[in-house]
Amino acid sequence: MKIIVCIKQVPDVTEVKWDENGSLIRTGLPSIINPNDKNAIEAALTLKEEKGAEITVVSMGPPQVEEALREAMAMGCDHAVLLTDRKFGGADCWATAYTLGMAIKKLGHFDLIFSGVEAMDGNTAQVGPEIADFLGLPLLSYAEAIEVGEGTVKIHQKLGDLTRVIEGPMPALITCEKELNVPRIPRMDLVFECFEKEIKVLGMADVDGELENFGLKGSPTRLRKVFSPKRAKAQVEFLEGTPKESSQKLVEKLHEINAI
Amino acid sequence: MTAIKDLSAYKGVWVFIEQFEGKLTNSTLSLEILGEGRKLADKLGTDLTAVILGENLEKTAGDLIKYGANTVLVADAPVLANYRTELYTDIICQAAKERKPEILLVGASATGRDLAPRISFRLHTGCTADCTELDIDDEKKILVSTRPAFGGNVMATILCPDHRPQMSTVRPGVMMLPTWDEARTGEVIKLEVTAKEEDAKVKILEVKKHEASAQNIQEAVRVVSAGLGACTGNCFDQLKELAKELDAEIGGTRPVFETGLISHDVQIGQTGKTVRPELYMAVGISGTVQHTTGMANSRTVVAINKDPNAEIFKFAHYGIVGDAKAVVPALIAQLKASRN
Ligand SMILES: Cc1cc2nc3c(=O)[nH]c(=O)nc-3n(C[C@H](O)[C@H](O)[C@H](O)COP(=O)(O)OP(=O)(O)OC[C@H]3O[C@@H](n4cnc5c(N)ncnc54)[C@H](O)[C@@H]3O)c2cc1C
Ligand SMILES: Nc1ncnc2c1ncn2[C@@H]1O[C@H](COP(=O)(O)O)[C@@H](O)[C@H]1O
Repeated sequence: MKIIVCIKQVPDVTEVKWDENGSLIRTGLPSIINPNDKNAIEAALTLKEEKGAEITVVSMGPPQVEEALREAMAMGCDHAVLLTDRKFGGADCWATAYTLGMAIKKLGHFDLIFSGVEAMDGNTAQVGPEIADFLGLPLLSYAEAIEVGEGTVKIHQKLGDLTRVIEGPMPALITCEKELNVPRIPRMDLVFECFEKEIKVLGMADVDGELENFGLKGSPTRLRKVFSPKRAKAQVEFLEGTPKESSQKLVEKLHEINAI
Repeated sequence: MTAIKDLSAYKGVWVFIEQFEGKLTNSTLSLEILGEGRKLADKLGTDLTAVILGENLEKTAGDLIKYGANTVLVADAPVLANYRTELYTDIICQAAKERKPEILLVGASATGRDLAPRISFRLHTGCTADCTELDIDDEKKILVSTRPAFGGNVMATILCPDHRPQMSTVRPGVMMLPTWDEARTGEVIKLEVTAKEEDAKVKILEVKKHEASAQNIQEAVRVVSAGLGACTGNCFDQLKELAKELDAEIGGTRPVFETGLISHDVQIGQTGKTVRPELYMAVGISGTVQHTTGMANSRTVVAINKDPNAEIFKFAHYGIVGDAKAVVPALIAQLKASRN
């Protein structure tokens, strides 16, 4: 069985700090493999152990994404593909899915594609379903359990207040939830080995595709502006007084803003 | 992949309505976006269309007109009874290609977040996920979508200038519900459904609905959240009463889960759930980053803590410095009083 896992390197937003004015300090954030994508890797590794599988991790991003790919190999993935090209820059979900989809087509036969449900930097949760559409694959989203059968795959899907068991033919694309498993720690011996392994680097010319569909140019959405939400320390309004007085003020405020 | 389209051919606002067993789902999200869609359509001087797929939808379709839709597009067939990504995508994309809406809104529920990206990819258009604010640019007459980004640390305003329909998914609990008006009239149009069960690649083997509120915390409109500082004496019981009074779900921090007072399903934070309610009331919570990543996208945050320097106040819009054991009962009393 051949499995492709799409992983994204993201800044660790849990390490975000604010300056004294309440603005975000963006520099120097450590980069990590997106947490849901580690669940996707773990799911692939579990299948590899149970049924035998060859796992290829794929990531699009700047050259330093190599670190994330090496970490995935140190966890036990077999091959890594880095999609990097200046022309890929500024891609929104559509262009990202297009690029990953074109590259996956190039990689040849596969049985399953795993992605995370969402990336913690944008929380858009769109790239997985979009790749599925591009490649015309059944989409099995929000997987909390995965069972591979004869040419079919079954998942437990957490769909809001429903839990469903759904089954589709392979190849299929599965988006992985945090509840699916606990990702393993990279193995020491593999950590050393992974630095020897080759990472396949693909640019725009290697994945074919139409120039106008890549990167910023290929992105239907445009960022107009970014601003800090009301978050600054000075912006909390303290409601003073005895418990009774402060509660009364709070209830009034909440009514005013229609929160209750 | 089509090139840039003739944009003037695209007219009207569409809203995707979720159903369960033929009726609107318990969550009011679909109605919220219908209300928001009405507002946008009025701003553009255009029509609002509700799109609903399922089985036995006649009554529900009629209701959507009373809630403000000019037109309801209905795909009614047994094969559509349960949501299925591919079947729903096929039908909505087909209808959108024929009828060319300029805007398509989808709720940012689990179903909506599964469906919307697939539609947007196939129609080669942009979809802005998880919006908390929508508006029309007065000059360009295009959709302006605002969403939290970067773990909720910043807000981003996003446009889709050259592709149609302009798509957004919308968070629950942020838009106003529409008003029901018995006098409204409109048209219900049946979409042809050619798909058969045997064409469906994905089979649904089992559907289980959770009645427990625990499962709903991510879609909750209001959350009362307990920290260790709200767990002494009968404080936690009082919090439950407060939650009831506010019609809120109860959640909490990891240490509170560890004490066994709440289940892991409602632990909020890095190793728990991410919630984005209208109102988040943090009681006795210190506000470490592992917790705040799970709640920083809430619309209004109230913090009650006895320590005026607690980090949580940096995330709060309203703060009360005090002992939870005294403030919570006072708050319950005030809420009761304000109701009379
Ligand atoms: C890898 C990792 C993952 C984690 N994941 C999560 C997670 O998902 N979710 C999570 O919540 N935590 C998580 N944690 C734990 C997190 O770091 C904090 O320890 C935790 O959030 C603190 O919980 P707390 O605010 O309830 O308790 P405390 O930090 O003990 O704070 C209690 C607060 O209550 C106040 N207080 C005390 N008594 C009263 C009173 N009578 N009235 C009013 N206020 C009072 C105190 O001033 C204090 O601010 C994680 C930690 C790690 C290392
Ligand atoms: N640049 C990328 N490279 C590889 N995979 C990606 C990339 N962006 C997103 N993905 C995958 O798509 C999932 C959802 O991402 P998002 O739509 O950004 O929330 C992630 O969990 C990844 O599995």
